[in-house]
Amino acid sequence: MTVGLYTIGSSWLHRLPAGPKVGALLAASLALFLIASPLAALLAVPIAAGVYLSTGAPPGRLLRDLRGPALLIGFVFLFHLAFGSAEDGALAVARFGTLILLASAVTLTTPVSEMAELVEWLLGPLARFGFRPEKVGLAIALAIRFIPVIAEEYRHIREAQAARGLGGNPLALIVPLVIRALKAADALADAIDARGYDA
Amino acid sequence: MIELDAVSHDFDGRPVLAGINLSLAEQRVGIVGANGSGKSTFARLLNGLVIPKAGRVLIDGLDTAHEVKAIRRKVGFVFQNPDHQIVMPIVSEDLAFGLKARKVPKGEIASRIDAALAHYGLGYLRERPVHQLSGGEKQLVALSAVLVTEPEIIVFDEPTTLLDLRNRNRVAAAIAELPHQTILVSHDLDLVATCERVLMVEDGRIVADGSPGEVLRFYRGQMQ
Repeated sequence: MTVGLYTIGSSWLHRLPAGPKVGALLAASLALFLIASPLAALLAVPIAAGVYLSTGAPPGRLLRDLRGPALLIGFVFLFHLAFGSAEDGALAVARFGTLILLASAVTLTTPVSEMAELVEWLLGPLARFGFRPEKVGLAIALAIRFIPVIAEEYRHIREAQAARGLGGNPLALIVPLVIRALKAADALADAIDARGYDA
Repeated sequence: MIELDAVSHDFDGRPVLAGINLSLAEQRVGIVGANGSGKSTFARLLNGLVIPKAGRVLIDGLDTAHEVKAIRRKVGFVFQNPDHQIVMPIVSEDLAFGLKARKVPKGEIASRIDAALAHYGLGYLRERPVHQLSGGEKQLVALSAVLVTEPEIIVFDEPTTLLDLRNRNRVAAAIAELPHQTILVSHDLDLVATCERVLMVEDGRIVADGSPGEVLRFYRGQMQ
């Protein structure tokens, strides 16, 4: 599982701080939506793929990362085909594809802590109104940290139920999973306290 | 020095600790007891995770009810399940978590992380995602994350329960070499036998207090 997507590496993007990378991603997003020519937008896809591969990620991973969004992209294309034109569809697909590849390149090369620090910095001005930006950063890190923990709990519950001849009932999976997730959250809150956060 | 002065506690009216008076000055203190006897609550008192409903818990004279920030700098806590203790997704980020909370300068954080991981030969895990580690590695990372904050006392709540024998031995060896005052709550009687003093908790009371030989013999007899 590629939780948080970050992978260790020493590419030029790994060496770049999170701020410039996210800033460039935002600028690229804006530029893409200003481009009206499908051909120009389609040319951006191989450039984005080049940026992605420059992180050192293997091409197989690029294809895996695109497999999930492919369904959504396909739906967007068909929607435009049905209610607009093939050119509009190609433009939308090129925009989405490029953005997905560029965003993946950023998350592949940026540790969660750096991303959280960036969010904290961006939200910093709100601190004067009593807002706690560091809590948002912590929430982001916790959400990513707990994806594999919850996935593991899900696997345990599914196996336990299969061993007892139960299966196929989503409610029977979801209820114990939610209970376990809440218990884990309680334990984690204790751990955060015990480690001196906010004490 | 850990002192408990007439400490009692209950959860929603159900008593879990009753009138405990203790002073713990030994370097290694073990705590045994059946499930639900109150030993985990006892451990949680020492870090201020549980504030007693009656009585006082003092760590080097500081009351856990009023000095929780200072208490948590002094007392590190290692939980049974490292998956519920490790907060950040990457090993180095998790070790940095406690240091950032203590406002340690950025430059110092990296060197302290390197030193803490190197101590257990875990340097190769520095940038690894936590979910890829073995149970023993996770527990050692959890211990490193506590040690890197330089506490004076470390409380362990069943640190070897979820581990296989090899990882249990790794963690036991790591605990054995700690120079800190160590409070060890455990069902692992071989581990507890290495302590200088052992307490047995039953129904929220200390029913045995003495050398490991005496207390563990009594405990085994009670558990028949």
